[in-house]
Amino acid sequence: MRERILTAIDKNSKLSASDLAIMLGSTEEEVVSTIKQMEDETIICGYPTLINWDKINCERVTALIELKVTPQRGLGFDKIAERIYQFKEVQSVYLMSGGFDLTVILEGKTMREVANFVSEKLAPMDAILSTATHFVLKKYKEHGLPLVQTKQDERMLITP
Amino acid sequence: MPPSGIRKFFDIVSEMKDAISLGVGEPDFDTPWHIREEGIYSLEKGRTIYTSNSGLKELREEISNYLSRRCSLVYNSQSEVIVTVGGSEAIDIALRAMVEPGDEVLIPTPCYVSYHPCTVLAGGTPVTIELKGENEFKLTREQLLEAITDKTKILILAYPNNPTGAIMNYDDLKEIVEVIIEKDLFVISDEIYSELTYGGNHVSIATFPGMKERTIVINGFSKSYAMTGWRLGYAAGPSLIIEQMTKIHQFAIMCAPTNSQYAGVEALKNGDTDVELMRDAYDKRRRFLLHALRNMGLECFEPFGAFYVFPCIKSLGMTSEEFATRLLSEEKVAIVPGTAFGECGEGYLRISYAYSIENLKIALERIERFVSKHRK
Repeated sequence: MRERILTAIDKNSKLSASDLAIMLGSTEEEVVSTIKQMEDETIICGYPTLINWDKINCERVTALIELKVTPQRGLGFDKIAERIYQFKEVQSVYLMSGGFDLTVILEGKTMREVANFVSEKLAPMDAILSTATHFVLKKYKEHGLPLVQTKQDERMLITP
Repeated sequence: MPPSGIRKFFDIVSEMKDAISLGVGEPDFDTPWHIREEGIYSLEKGRTIYTSNSGLKELREEISNYLSRRCSLVYNSQSEVIVTVGGSEAIDIALRAMVEPGDEVLIPTPCYVSYHPCTVLAGGTPVTIELKGENEFKLTREQLLEAITDKTKILILAYPNNPTGAIMNYDDLKEIVEVIIEKDLFVISDEIYSELTYGGNHVSIATFPGMKERTIVINGFSKSYAMTGWRLGYAAGPSLIIEQMTKIHQFAIMCAPTNSQYAGVEALKNGDTDVELMRDAYDKRRRFLLHALRNMGLECFEPFGAFYVFPCIKSLGMTSEEFATRLLSEEKVAIVPGTAFGECGEGYLRISYAYSIENLKIALERIERFVSKHRK
């Protein structure tokens, strides 16, 4: 049941518990309690909204930063990752395999703001060896959903 | 020949600009991208030529693999499979290959709109079997026996069914298989919705002992892979019949569209998970729609196949056509009256759930308002 609920709400968290119960052939009580359990266990960590900010006149810049860092004895990368993700500007932090160690996704109001953050906050940290900042020019798809255009239903109204 | 019953209703609907519809018989999903990409790639490679009449060798092999993997049916890809322009063409050429003037073809209805006219065009005599709501629109042994005469040659079987959403499981089929073999009938089994069954896998009638040699299995890519516009289907059956079908196909149309065939290879090779995802989405909508219709007090058996629900509206004292026409003018929702699929569809409606939940919700609110207004 857990997996079935999660798959159902993965792309649409607005589905009500009663609708979910009908769609999954379950009861409202079971759906509500399963969701509650998963929230408590932080399997479900939140219900954010997917917004295409480009569509409203609101300055926003997203940057992807590759970091090379020195892991700390006994703590590996976790400590430095935590020091980074505490900043509210930081949207995501991932530990990577390959040519660098951490990917940080940053959101700021302007390019200058992001640049300042990198040069004043990130780069000076002891463990950080190098940074490479890439600015996002346009977002096409996020969380499995295209942001660009929504498709019209072009089917004929009635077909056999 | 009368125009298709659905055509008449289509003409009324198309004048209604802002109507919302639960009336389509095709998936709302786009063809999965990896399949579309293979079609595009085949064009880029300049594969813009005919294929062999019976279809790309590679595609026929994949079809044969698929039928054995998913339906436990073993066919020789060289001699027992033909690729057609949609399942529709396969129905037509199967009838034309097998029917002699005067032969009777049994057509359980309500059913897809082409069986009747194609039988007539092939020179046969269509014999309607009126399926019953109380049997959940399955064909029973008794009804089959009753319809058979010494002129009966073919039974057309279409499960999972359009428009009723009914399926026939192993036990249901077993009942009629005995009659079919005893009376020495051929079967044209239209299994185009075979991937869309809920709560159990599809059973093909050709899997029963003694049936494969008398059955033409028709299937295609339209419903399972959301590929209606590609026009790609196929038939599998005894080589003698497939050979005759291939002749008609060859003179009528040469071969199925080449780029569609390349896309079809990709669909069968790597499309199983796409089908699973779509089936899962349909199943959720199916439960949702069924629940809502029953809550309105409409009698409705649980359909386990295709993407249709077939509620009964007899309690409202309206004919199917009256209901559909008034629902369209009063609430601007287009659905298809059951009578478009045969006279015994009277008192029923075909409601399609090839729509998003959001769409279904809006339409269902309007239907509910309509039903409660007209319930006396």
